[in-house]
Amino acid sequence: MGDLIEKNQTPEPSEGSLSPASQTQEKRVDDPYQQVTTPASPTATKEFSTAAVEVPSYMRRRSLGQLLRSDLGFIPVLLTLIIVVLYFTITTSGIFLSPENLSNLLGAQISTIGILGLGSIMVLLLGEIDLSVASVSVLCAVIMAVLSERMGAPTWVAISVALLSGALIGFINGFFVAVLRVPSFIVTLAGSIGYAGLLLHLLAGQATLIINNSFIVAIAGSALSFLPDSLGIGLPVLAIILYAAGLLYSYTRRRRMGLRTTSTTMLIVQIVAVAVLGIGAVVVFESFQGVPYPTALLFGLIILFWLILTKTAFGRHIYAVGGNAEAARRAGINVVAIRIAAFTLCSLLAAIGGIVAASHANAVASQIDPTLLLNAIAAAVIGGVSLFGGRGSAWAIVLGVLIIASLTNGLALLNQGTDISEMVEGIVLLLAVTADALVRRAQARSASGR
Amino acid sequence: MADSIISSSGDTSAPALRGIPILQMRNVSKSFGAVRALSDVDFEVYAGEVVALVGDNGAGKSTLVKAIAGVGPADSGEIFVDGQPVKITSPQMASRLGIETVYQDLALCDNLDVVSNLFLGHEELTSWRGLAEIEMERRTIEVLRTLDVKIPSVRALVAALSGGQRQSIAVAKSILRQAKVVLLDEPTAALGVAQTRQVLNLILRLREQGLGVVVISHNLADVFEVADRVVVLRLGRRVATFDVKTTTSERVVAAITGAEFGELLEGNGHSSTGGR
Repeated sequence: MGDLIEKNQTPEPSEGSLSPASQTQEKRVDDPYQQVTTPASPTATKEFSTAAVEVPSYMRRRSLGQLLRSDLGFIPVLLTLIIVVLYFTITTSGIFLSPENLSNLLGAQISTIGILGLGSIMVLLLGEIDLSVASVSVLCAVIMAVLSERMGAPTWVAISVALLSGALIGFINGFFVAVLRVPSFIVTLAGSIGYAGLLLHLLAGQATLIINNSFIVAIAGSALSFLPDSLGIGLPVLAIILYAAGLLYSYTRRRRMGLRTTSTTMLIVQIVAVAVLGIGAVVVFESFQGVPYPTALLFGLIILFWLILTKTAFGRHIYAVGGNAEAARRAGINVVAIRIAAFTLCSLLAAIGGIVAASHANAVASQIDPTLLLNAIAAAVIGGVSLFGGRGSAWAIVLGVLIIASLTNGLALLNQGTDISEMVEGIVLLLAVTADALVRRAQARSASGR
Repeated sequence: MADSIISSSGDTSAPALRGIPILQMRNVSKSFGAVRALSDVDFEVYAGEVVALVGDNGAGKSTLVKAIAGVGPADSGEIFVDGQPVKITSPQMASRLGIETVYQDLALCDNLDVVSNLFLGHEELTSWRGLAEIEMERRTIEVLRTLDVKIPSVRALVAALSGGQRQSIAVAKSILRQAKVVLLDEPTAALGVAQTRQVLNLILRLREQGLGVVVISHNLADVFEVADRVVVLRLGRRVATFDVKTTTSERVVAAITGAEFGELLEGNGHSSTGGR
């Protein structure tokens, strides 16, 4: 919103390039909007000005629903997180916010959920769902473990085959959904059951397969699975500097091209906010053991997918297909390929998450954690990714995972069992999905009122 | 690309109805089973003119437009673009030939902003394969300024725009694709008074750009406001062609309904389009 009112309060008188005919046409027009927007201020003289097109008074009043769908949509989620954190900080008399607990909370467990959730986002953005992420992640971990522990394959082979299996499964899911037009709900539900059976078959009756491979264990499961301080501090600082540089570069270029820019204050606020959040997170980690590998991996993947989704044509096409598949098709986008690619990426990320989880546990088990699937999708939805497709950011997963992890962790600190924890989580998920549906309805209502 | 179209504005008050039509159809027929939806229809659009295609329900307007747009190719007949014979068998092919259709349901992605929608499927990329956002935004503003479209921000989500603004964005899309002929299917059907005004202005802008514009409309007031010629279809045949300067809506209505015969009916003749 800031950029709409910030600049260009003095629109150009009117474009000189109009032919006389259309000028008179213009005069005859008794459109209420037109009169508002033709003041006689001859001040704006820029050769290329946005003022002729971007007219603030053409802004219809935004409904609450539209505000929540815009960039500010994360604020209610952030408030929820703050309330949850405050509640547990008070009830545990501060233990919740101790560096040791935070480091524990932000370690390997949120990374697994986060990476799986990031994969789910790719599919949710299309308006589809993948119910097989949990079993795919465990299956791929089992493939890796069987290869490396039982068959003695080299580490890189074991990991590559696991990742490729994940990608292949995603491709198959995507093929059924995009080409054969089977609802994704059913395809992935069937897959989920089938892959759970396949992993039992691969384990051949063994309930737990211990992983001894030192490289795999080092990913998340050893006492040394932390970035050295130089990298743990250096990488986030570098990322923040690059981010700030990118913003400033685009700001100055837009300035030079005469395009609208956010105000300098907003720019500074944006950079400072990101820097504070990033450095704050690093301080929390460094005050205990350092940045765990899996957390670094999660944030690396989030940044990667954020860049893919916002800075590439492929990412834009994912949003387009999720928003209006028919419009995307008419625009010449290969909708089938986009869908298959999204499912493939989703299962590939599930495989990565499975490897991290197996490393953290130093083992793979035949039992799939029943909360893993729901947590992954819930994290995405709570973070603000719409189940109806086309809306949400890769960063949503951070807020969603933090809320879920805080609930689980805080309730555990309060000595509440899984029973309470799961009930609370169920309610939170229901609230998040309800909010999503209500926002969507509010949006539809204001749209139909035109 | 689109710059060339844009820069040509200014000297267009008199549409050029001379030379080769930018789009011409000859003896086009189409049947659906036993029903003859189009029989030996001729149709032509010149650069820089607005042709209104009118007729009662079932007269064959949509069938004709679908044949031009490549959605439902004709059974027989010839199509010429710039005098060259062409076959239009798919929407993609029509688009390559410079024929863009703006459908009633608009085909915009509500969840994307104006710039993203305009360049959807044809994004401009930077040298490192990223989206060239600034360049796309600059061209968006150029095109919208040419069309005299006013919106709160080119970064506003399309969902937040009014119906007229959305229609304008859909039309601007065809300009960006370097269309020569733009087909508009009932462009003002769902719009209020002020928004209808916006869209009619937009059609005039398209004509100024030297494009051929075909408008299907039921609203004769709108037709008389923007069109240069009115082509009337009835029961799959082209029954009349009027120059809006020299006719009245009563006569057009008479041709649409077939209530009046005689000197008004000019068959497939093009003679009435002569002097404007």
